[in-house]
Formats: sequence, C-alpha cells, structure tokens
Amino acid sequence: MLTLIWLLPMIAAVVLMLMPKEQLRLIKGISIGTAFITLVISIIAYFKYDVVQGGFQFVETFSWIPALGISYKLGADGITVPMLLLTGLIIFAGTLMSSTLEDFREKEFFVLLLVLVAGVYGVFVALDLFLLLVFYELAVLPMYILIAVWGSTRKEYSAMKLTLYLLGGSAFSLVGIIAMYWAGGKHTFDMVQLATANFSREFQVFFFLPIFVGFSVLAGLWPFHTWSPDGHVAAPTAVSMLHAGVLMKLGAYAALRVGVFLLPQGAQVWLPWIVLLTVVNVVYGAFVAMSQRDMKYMVGFSSVSHMGLVTMGIATMNSIGMSGAVYQMFSHGVMTGLMFAVVGQIYKRAHTRDMPSLGGLLQKTPWMGIAFIICALTSMGLPGFSGFIAEFQIFVGTWSAYPILAAIAALGIIITAAYLLRVVYQVFFGSLKVEFEHLTDSKPIERLAMGLLVAALIIFGLLPTTMVNMINSGVAPVIARLTTGS
Amino acid sequence: MDIAILLLPEIILTIFALIVLGYDLIWPGRKAVLVTLTLVAVGLAAIGAIYTWGTNKTIMADTISIDDYGVLFKLAGLAATAMVVLLGMSYIPEGRRTQDAKRRLLAISRQGEFYAIMLFAAVSIMFLVSANSLVLIYLSIEFLSIASYILVGYLRDDSLSTEAAIKYFLYGSVTAAAMVYGMSFLYGVSGSVDLPTIAKVIAGTLPSPESLRGIVMPAVVLILAGFGFKVAMAPFHQWSPDAYEGAPTPVTAFISVAPKVGGFAVLYRTLIVALPYFHSDWGGTIAILAVLSMSLGNLVALTERNIKRMLAYSSIAQAGYILIGIAAYSQMGISSTLFYVMVYTLTNIGAFAVAIVISNALGSDSIADFAGLSQRNPSLALLMLFFLLSLAGIPPLAGFFGKFFLFTAALEQNLTWLVFVAVINSVLSLYYYLMIVKVMYVDPPESTVPLETPRPLAVAMGISAIAILVLGIFPTPLINLITTAAAALMQVSS
Repeated sequence: MLTLIWLLPMIAAVVLMLMPKEQLRLIKGISIGTAFITLVISIIAYFKYDVVQGGFQFVETFSWIPALGISYKLGADGITVPMLLLTGLIIFAGTLMSSTLEDFREKEFFVLLLVLVAGVYGVFVALDLFLLLVFYELAVLPMYILIAVWGSTRKEYSAMKLTLYLLGGSAFSLVGIIAMYWAGGKHTFDMVQLATANFSREFQVFFFLPIFVGFSVLAGLWPFHTWSPDGHVAAPTAVSMLHAGVLMKLGAYAALRVGVFLLPQGAQVWLPWIVLLTVVNVVYGAFVAMSQRDMKYMVGFSSVSHMGLVTMGIATMNSIGMSGAVYQMFSHGVMTGLMFAVVGQIYKRAHTRDMPSLGGLLQKTPWMGIAFIICALTSMGLPGFSGFIAEFQIFVGTWSAYPILAAIAALGIIITAAYLLRVVYQVFFGSLKVEFEHLTDSKPIERLAMGLLVAALIIFGLLPTTMVNMINSGVAPVIARLTTGS
Repeated sequence: MDIAILLLPEIILTIFALIVLGYDLIWPGRKAVLVTLTLVAVGLAAIGAIYTWGTNKTIMADTISIDDYGVLFKLAGLAATAMVVLLGMSYIPEGRRTQDAKRRLLAISRQGEFYAIMLFAAVSIMFLVSANSLVLIYLSIEFLSIASYILVGYLRDDSLSTEAAIKYFLYGSVTAAAMVYGMSFLYGVSGSVDLPTIAKVIAGTLPSPESLRGIVMPAVVLILAGFGFKVAMAPFHQWSPDAYEGAPTPVTAFISVAPKVGGFAVLYRTLIVALPYFHSDWGGTIAILAVLSMSLGNLVALTERNIKRMLAYSSIAQAGYILIGIAAYSQMGISSTLFYVMVYTLTNIGAFAVAIVISNALGSDSIADFAGLSQRNPSLALLMLFFLLSLAGIPPLAGFFGKFFLFTAALEQNLTWLVFVAVINSVLSLYYYLMIVKVMYVDPPESTVPLETPRPLAVAMGISAIAILVLGIFPTPLINLITTAAAALMQVSS
C-alpha cells in the first residue's frame, strides 16, 4: 500500500510525459485523479493504523543493494500517518488550484509536480536512510524548474538559492548518515536496526549537528531560513502550497526521525542550544512578517515563524512538546497551504499582492475572505481550530523544559495576532477600491479545494483526540530513547 | 590458457585497425563500412575480454596481468570507444558546414585514419589497464598519448585544433619525462620494473622499509605527474580546457573519458600492487590532490560559458571525486572507484553527444545556445537533464549512488574531513549544472524550429541514459562483479 502511494504519482508523471501536450483536459484530469487516489490511500492508512499496537505498520521490505546494506523498506508510524494525510490534502487541493492554470507549458508543470509529490510521500514512508535521501532529493529538485519556469518575482535567483540551500543541507546529513553506517557496527541503513546500534557518545555529539541542522535547513531553521520566503514568493501557487505546506515538514520530520531518534545523546547535548535558534525563528519571523507589504512575503515569514514552533517543540525533548510539534506540522501545513491558495487567487485576479493597495475584498470575494480569516484564526492559535491544539501543547512542553524561552516565544504569538489582524483588515475590510470593482470570487473548483482545507482545520481543531493519540504513539519511542539515553 | 587467447582483445583491435586503414586506402569514403568494421572490432574485443573473466594470472614474463580488475576497465574503455565512434559518425566539424564544400570533403576523405586511430587508442587502453610492469605502463601511456594527440589535432586546417594538439603534446611530453624519472627511482630501489617484485623488495628491506620513504615518496609524486596528466587532475590539468575546446567534439568526448579509464586503472594498480607498504603516505598525497582537483575544477567551471570548457573543468572535478576512492585504500575503495569511473564514462559521453547535436545545428559551443531546448526538442533536453544531474550526483541516477559509494568507502577509513570537502564541492557543482538546466528549461528559444537528432547520436545518448538510470536504481549486479575484481586485486596487495 505504501509503495503505491509514491509509485502512483511517479507512474502518472511518466504517462503524462508521453502524452501530447494539447490534451490539456486529460492531463489535468489524470493529475487530479492521481492526487485524489493518494489522498484516499492516506485516509485509509489513517483509519487502518492501529494506535494501540503502535510502532511501524504497513511495513514492506526487500533487499535492494545488499553490498552496502541498503534495503527497500517502507513503513508508517504515528508520526508518519498524519504527515501522509497532510500531503494528500495539500496535493489534492494543490492540483485542484492548478487546474485553473492558463499559463503555458502545463504538461511539464504537472509532470514535475507529480515527481515532487512522489518524492514527498517517499520521504515520509521510507524506513531506510538511503531510500530516504533518494526521495528527499527527488522532492527538492523539481522545485528548481517549477519555480524558475512558472514563478514570479526574482524567480531564477530564488529557485537557485532554494535548491542550493536545501541540497547543501542534505549533503551534510548524508555524511552523517554514512558515518552511522560504519559507527554502529551494524552496516545497514535500516532505521529500525540502526535504532538498536550502540553509537558512542562522542560520535553522537559530533554527527548530530550536521544531520539535524542539515535537515532543519528545509524546516526553515534560523539563520538558514532565508531561502524560504524568497522561494515561497517566487513559486507558483500550487508549488507554494506544497512547499510551505508539506516540503518544510520533510525537514522537521527527517531531523526528528534521523537526528533525534537515532542519536539521542547528541540531541541531549545540542538541542538546549538549538532551541535558542528556534526562539529567534519564532520571534524574528513574526517581526519580519509584520513589516511586509507583499502579502506573499508576509505568509512566507509567518511560515518561518510557525516552523520555529515546530523545531522548538522538538527541542523540548518531552512528550507533550514533541507531540505538539508534530500536530503543528499537520496544522500549519494545512493552514499555510490554504493561505497560499488564497493569496494566489488574489494575485491572479488583482495582479498585486501589495497589501496597502488592496482593501475591502470581502465584498467581492467572500469565499476567499472567509477562508483567509479562518486561516488567520488558526494561525493565531484560537481554540476551535487545529492550531490551538498544536501550539498549546508546544508551549506546555516548552514551559516545563525552558520556562524563560517559553515566555519570550509567547511574544511571537502576540505579534502574529497583530500582523494577521492587520492583514485581514487591510485586505478584506475597509473600502473597496475602484480598480477592484471587477474582481470575481473563487471558481467552484477552487472553492472545493479551500473547503477541503478549511474542513480539515476545523475537524482537527474540534476532534483532536484520534490524531493526538496517534502522534503520541509515534513520539513515545523517541522519548523513550531520549530518557534512557541510548 | 593460451597466451593468444588471453590477448584476444588486443589482437582483434590491432588487426581490425589495420583492416580499416587498408580498406579506406582502397575504397575511400565509405563511412558506413568503416563504422561497421570499427564497431565489430570493439564488440569482438569485448567478447574476448569477457572470455578472460576469472583468469587472474600474469603472462608475457609477468608484464601483463590478466585479471578481473583489468577486464572491467577494458570493458569500460571499449564501451567508451564504441560510443565515441557513434558520436563521430554524425559530427560535422565547425566552420566546415555546407558553405565550404571542398574542406568538408577533405574531412570526410580521411575517415579511415580517424577510426583506425580510435582502435589503436583502444589497444593502448587494453594494455594500460592490465600492465603489470613499469616499462609496459610507460609504453602504453605513450601509445595512448600519441593516439590522442593525433585525434585532437585531427582537423589539421583548423588553428584551434592544431593549437590544442600542440599544447596537449607539450604537456604530455613533460609529464611523461617526469614519470619516467620517478620510475627510475623505483627501479633503483628495487632493481625491478615488475610491480609485485617492487612491493616484495620494499617489504624485505632491512632494517626497515621506513628508510626508503625518502626515495619512494618523491618517486610517487613524479609518477603521479604522468598519471595525473592522463586523468586530468589538478595540478596537472592545465592542458585540458584548451584541448577540450579545440578538439573535434567526439574526440573531446573520447579524451574526457578514455584516458581517465586507463589512467585511473593504472594509477590505482601501481599504488596498490607496488607500494602497499607506504599506503598511508600516498593516501595522504592523493587526498590532498583530490581536494585540489575538486575545488579547482568546480570553482573555475562556475565561470565558464562554453559547454566544452565547462565540461572540461567539470571533469577535472570529477577526477577529484574518483581520487577519494583511491585515498581510501581498501577493497571498497577499489570497488567504488571502478563503479564511479564506469558511471562517469557513460554520463560524460552522453553530455558530449548532446553538445554535438547542438553544435551541429547551431554552429557553436556556447551554453547560451541551449536556450529553450526543452521546447525545441523536449527529449534531448530531458536527456541532458539526466546527464547533468547524474554528474551532479542527484538520485535516482547512477552518479548519486556512485558518489554515495565513494563516500561510504572514505568514511570507512575515517576520512570524514575529505568527505565534507567533497559534499561542499558537490553543492558548488550543482550551481553550474543547474545553470544549464535553467538555460534549457527557462530561457526562451531563439527560434521555435525543432532540432533534429541524428540517429547514431540518439542511440549513443539512449544507451547512456538507460544505463545511468538502471545503474542508479539497480546497481547490485554490477557491484557484485566489481567486488569480485576488487577482492582479487586487494589480495595481491596484502
């Protein structure tokens, strides 16, 4: 089942590549259909996952390159399954949003998008570190062409910056991963087996940093975050959605799974320092977001700030903080995807993202307006939306681990509320300008995409128990390793 | 087994080279026949080489070692030759397109020499990769060099080509002289030119082989100058950008891979078989040269705007990566080196094939001419994307696994610093490889006329693309063969 989830988009990409580019409707149909099937698979996985049993389920494995102890091994645990669901939601909404694409070279766009999606799913389900790296780079590289061809605002610069930062980060992780192969004496890249290896303390302390920071570059860790707002802004809507919604989570996921889980003693030494960076992420990101005029930059920096909360949650090294971090990954993914969807629609219609020059859009575009307001409320952490569940847990966790930092980081929440309320006011309320009289609201297909994401935000805000339990079952082994220290 | 059978590849190639020469003399200008003869020769030689798989013995007064390590390198060299022949079939020399019919005729009328020399170069590689004595090493390196000089200067009325050949020749002569000088040191120490005997004498030196370090290490450095010239590694690389640029593009493809196959094979064999005692010393030297080669190649490549020069610097950098496997003196080091050399050979020839299509159609080697290739010929752009990404080491292409393998070998020997330098370099190299991707996919084309791909080139590119994809995803069968070969060689060493 897990093979299917990454293989289907890959097959679809190859099929699209062989199709004549004039058959636009069919191309879009296949893309949306594939995205929908993967969403269904992820929903099935969500309901079939046995929380009581925990651990890795749906495992598939066979030997791949025995000379180097590499195997093709897939599996999903309580952390993976919510991520799969998130990817499914975002990619389905993303392809729906792109179906209104009337640009040029649509065929290539969808081919690359599907390859990207295959890579993203692959990273989440890979249990072999080599396989994980393969998928990781497969997920990053199509970004380059997607942004450089279909993007806007300094697209070539941003695309190159993004690719070099991300692949640079993963290159450092790669060294650490190969080092683990030898150091544990296990001669394997299988995560489950590596978890039973005895890495010396010196080894863990030395290699935790390249692995964790290397992957965290993709999670937007300060000061390696600068690719992210540039990349988000330059990318076309569906790519921004996937990118901020899912791709950044790959970084946090890999940092947690490979860094913290496999090298717990290294984590204990370094995370109390890394948490300082994450606080900078949260507060600085929020301040910079506040000073933006460009709506997309604003969302981009708000992503940096919120992803800071994710890494902060991981850095608490306690159960509630980490569980909150994973919940935040899901919640922020959906929310930010939705935000970019709205911004993309506004830009397509109004041809500007300059917030002071917009205004009163709620009168003309109520669907977009309401969707954005719900995002803003989620983002501020209001009860009733998924963001509350996530941020509440993160702050409880941080408070017990680093009380002073929790207080400082809380500042970020206040600023977030300030800039989001300002955006909502500037863009959607106030008087409508003459040049925007003609604006039309979302098309039905876009409404479907937004509705889906809004529904997810509300459902997982009101009924968090299932997912929280699932995440707890996934986080428990990590915490167990951190407390026993081996 | 009979010596003649063990030397079948060399014999077949030589006979066919003479046949090609003679045939062209009697019936000039029949390209199809010449190409067929050449490809048949290479194919038969490959069969001959495969036939000797698993032999592992030395012949001809121990000057030639027929072993699995050599067989694999022979196959790589033959594959390179065959593909370059395909490349040469469709190449139209620059400045010599339709407007200058007389000159073009000249180029065509000397086809026989071209294919014959290619075959001779292949013969020299066969000897080089199985050479077991310093004398044969020197002879076959010179043989290969002379064949390469002629090929580089093949467009004899093109000043760039002639200049490239002269430059190549001058550098080659000097480094060859240095190499012979270094070899004389080893002979002085051991009284033998036979690689295993040198190792034995060094190991048996009293009171301790340590006393020889002062002679052996300078000898290693001097010999490395000769080998380094062949594989175009820094600091012996200066000839390569000019020679690459001036040579006819198929020849550029050839000298970017074939001498590397031969050079790395003999470099590793010499160090491992003759000088295992000093492995930590030469290992350090090689590691430093690797850093130099990678960093210099990648940094300069960033600024190049000509595809041939850019690929020249890129191949200097690639030589640096391969040296990592040599610095890691181990069985896995040998395996990963072999694997990477093979992958690099296939990939680089593919990239040059794309360059030939472009230069045939547009008459220049400027990277700017790749503009809008994704619209003018989507499959060509996709192939180039594969080759570039494989060179950059992006999965699932073979270049990624190749680098992963090299790094794994290096980390086994705790060369962590070297691997960090290498990954930083990989990121650097990504910049210029992606710049070409950008030009192909983002920049608008100058015209929308589709570009035609000549069939032989399409075959060559198709083979390399499929090979790097398959080797990237299912490397296990090849790794099993390579491991056998590496184990045999490692046994000789210890």
